[in-house]
Amino acid sequence: MTGAELPRVGFFTDTSLCIGCKACEVACKEWNGVPEDGLDFLGMSMDNTGGLGADTWRHVAFVEQRVQVQDAAEGLRWLMSSDVCKHCTHAACLEVCPTGALFRTEFGTVVVQEDVCNGCGYCVPACPFGVLDRREDDGRVWKCTLCYDRLRGDQEPACAKACPTDSIQFGPLEDLRAHAEQRLEVLHERGEASARLYLEGPDDGIGGAGAFFLLLDEPEVYGLPPDPVDATHHLGETWLATAGAALAMVAGVAGALLWGRR
Amino acid sequence: MVPPAEPRTYYGRAVLKRPVWTWEVPAYFFTGGVAGACGPIAAGARLAGQEELARRAAALGLAAVAVSPALLVSDLGRPERFVNMLRVFKPTSPMSVGTWILSAHGPLAALAAGWQLLGRPGARVGVPAQFATAVTGPLVSTYTAALVATTAVPVWHDARRRLPFLFAASSLAAAGGALAALTPVPAARAARALGVAGAAAELAVAHDMERRLDPRVRRSYEDGPARRPHRAARAATIAGAALLAAAGRRSRAAAVAGGLALCAGSALTRLAIFRAGSASADDPVQTVGPQRERLAGRQTAA
Repeated sequence: MTGAELPRVGFFTDTSLCIGCKACEVACKEWNGVPEDGLDFLGMSMDNTGGLGADTWRHVAFVEQRVQVQDAAEGLRWLMSSDVCKHCTHAACLEVCPTGALFRTEFGTVVVQEDVCNGCGYCVPACPFGVLDRREDDGRVWKCTLCYDRLRGDQEPACAKACPTDSIQFGPLEDLRAHAEQRLEVLHERGEASARLYLEGPDDGIGGAGAFFLLLDEPEVYGLPPDPVDATHHLGETWLATAGAALAMVAGVAGALLWGRR
Repeated sequence: MVPPAEPRTYYGRAVLKRPVWTWEVPAYFFTGGVAGACGPIAAGARLAGQEELARRAAALGLAAVAVSPALLVSDLGRPERFVNMLRVFKPTSPMSVGTWILSAHGPLAALAAGWQLLGRPGARVGVPAQFATAVTGPLVSTYTAALVATTAVPVWHDARRRLPFLFAASSLAAAGGALAALTPVPAARAARALGVAGAAAELAVAHDMERRLDPRVRRSYEDGPARRPHRAARAATIAGAALLAAAGRRSRAAAVAGGLALCAGSALTRLAIFRAGSASADDPVQTVGPQRERLAGRQTAA
């Protein structure tokens, strides 16, 4: 590694380009050796993966919507989006990890060190996107590493490499953000009024994401939280309440002992 | 007022992952709560010259803190790596802070309970240790509330300013009840008072906490797997406090029954909170609904 400051890298997932081929899911599993995650028919359009988890680091969502088309006949709209760990700027998983297994890499990504994680499970409910989970037979927590090994070898992550339509774009976050703005303008000019960026800026509850999206409907339609907040954002007031409660305990005990003296 | 529309979700699937923790965790919330409360009780009773109560509080505190690490380690996915908790100290992680608090409190509680066995030199470390547990103990009882509150789970996170007080009150009720049962009636006056006052505070704080929750989030306590322990906790706490207040000073049997009921109430309170967390994480409406309204409010303001 050189001493020079590396730019923060990430994903821009442009769902308007996604064709639902799931090459990203497959490439991720192949490259990272992620175990099978259940062969089920879920009855959710073409989605038989369900959601992100210990054994699913890319997940393609399929949404079927009835829409009015121009001649007033009813048509079907198909939304597809490849979900992934957001590599948050303010990452609750990393903040609450009591072993330091979760860390921020030199690329600005968030990675679990598998030789340190002791499976305490705190990061699992801390994540506002439900990304992390514990592998049953293994006891440790697993998630997308943004292909840390490939980044160190100057390669783009497997999912972005495999994506045939460039729906998943990898690069320095600043470049991706600029490009996303341009893309949004193009879509709006074309009349795609519902197109919007999700997690693109640093002003949201997680300080912006390392993996952000262009969506064609509200985030919750894709299973994403509309206004996620880092769980440690309010930690100050939580610690204050905890200290207050501890003091109240001491006061309560003192009162009872004084009363008990009579 | 028109009730907010049901939010849109992805096939009704959860946005969050439910905690992977098993029964050991709510059990530890209870044992840690009792262990912590015994710190200031033992130290205070010693200061107040209530030796009988002080000895029992120290012994109970040690017993409760002794089982706690076993519960915590067995809940890990990789128990043999429990020591990795001590690689770092992270103020942003209530679990990390709690591990260090517990690591300090355990040996202090052991000294506080056992220094008499060490003979005359024991007092030199035992008595200061006893007073130190008055500081570490209440933190052992309450940090677990900060731990669950520092998650994305709506029913826990939204109650972050009330949960520590609920854990504090519940810990005092249980420790007071247990000591009222373990201590001869004439020496247990303060323990009974703590049990009854703790129970009253536990009921009041729980009521206030639930009242302030979003109605959709409050459902986690009212329906589903938390409903039964939640209702049973309230019944046991009311019954235990009533019994202790009415007959605890006359009858040891009543004190034992009332004290055990308070312990049961406290343990069930923790179980209800734990189960409500899983139900809350599973329900996408609780995640999406309030966030959507918060976002809409911000957009109107802007």
